[in-house]
Amino acid sequence: MKSAVIIFPGSNCDRDMDVALKKFGFKNEMVWHDDEQLPKSDLIVLPGGFSYGDYLRCGSIAGKSKIIKSVVDFAAKGGLVLGICNGFQILTETGLLPGVLQQNKNIEFICKNVFVKVNNKNNKYFNSIDKDILELHIAHNEGNYFCTSDELKMLKDNDLVAVSYCNEKGEVNEKSNPNGALQNIAGIFNKEKNILGMMPHPERMIDKYLSGEDGSIFFKNLLNNFK
Amino acid sequence: MKIKVIVTLKNGVLDPQGKAIQQTLNGMGFSSVNEVRQGKFFEVDVNEKDEAKAKIKVEDMCKKLLANLVIENFEIL
Repeated sequence: MKSAVIIFPGSNCDRDMDVALKKFGFKNEMVWHDDEQLPKSDLIVLPGGFSYGDYLRCGSIAGKSKIIKSVVDFAAKGGLVLGICNGFQILTETGLLPGVLQQNKNIEFICKNVFVKVNNKNNKYFNSIDKDILELHIAHNEGNYFCTSDELKMLKDNDLVAVSYCNEKGEVNEKSNPNGALQNIAGIFNKEKNILGMMPHPERMIDKYLSGEDGSIFFKNLLNNFK
Repeated sequence: MKIKVIVTLKNGVLDPQGKAIQQTLNGMGFSSVNEVRQGKFFEVDVNEKDEAKAKIKVEDMCKKLLANLVIENFEIL
């Protein structure tokens, strides 16, 4: 179970992700965006942060990095690619996932714990997780997911909405939508479900004393797929 | 040759910054302002003497980087 976290200029959750992956048993390597080759890995992570200062559009410049070509090739062969927050934005900008993350509807940077409903367990990210509702953390200015009606239909028809913002009871409604995301979408898969992009940060929820442990559940499950 | 590009949000795409600007203008007394849409302006200096060729190159740049066609339109001036 080897993983690699890509560092872009302006990434700031790369080391949190490194700590989380190692805590649950991944052998993790950090990879610089200007490299062309990925180390042999089971999982590639595009971490959160503000790559290139969010210039032009969030994730747009990181999406043209040298390493991205290898990430696209890795994903095409079925390798697991996880994009968290800015990583999700990069995945949409590279076209690996449909849609775009727009500015939050209320024009505020949102930093708080939220609940998300796990919609689909037929994949390696959530397959053996008992809980249907996870408490995770969000911290973003552009998390307002938007896509065309055709893309939304494609996501729905193929059951690709991975996680949706909800309340503690699992109710997905406007009140539980923190950022105006289309239909409360917090994370999506590609068609093959080996690529997951989501705004919430599981790596921030891995300590029962500091935060909560629903992120631990996520990483433990991910690791189990490689045992 | 300098080519100018304007990138705007497509109709129907939420523009929270434009909305905030409109509300501020209304609050300042510009009560006739119905809506503000915010966009981006680029000046791209291309090493090319032929304007048509330069514009073709810039169009490619717009499609690949300068605009996100899911939510934005671009216009080469």
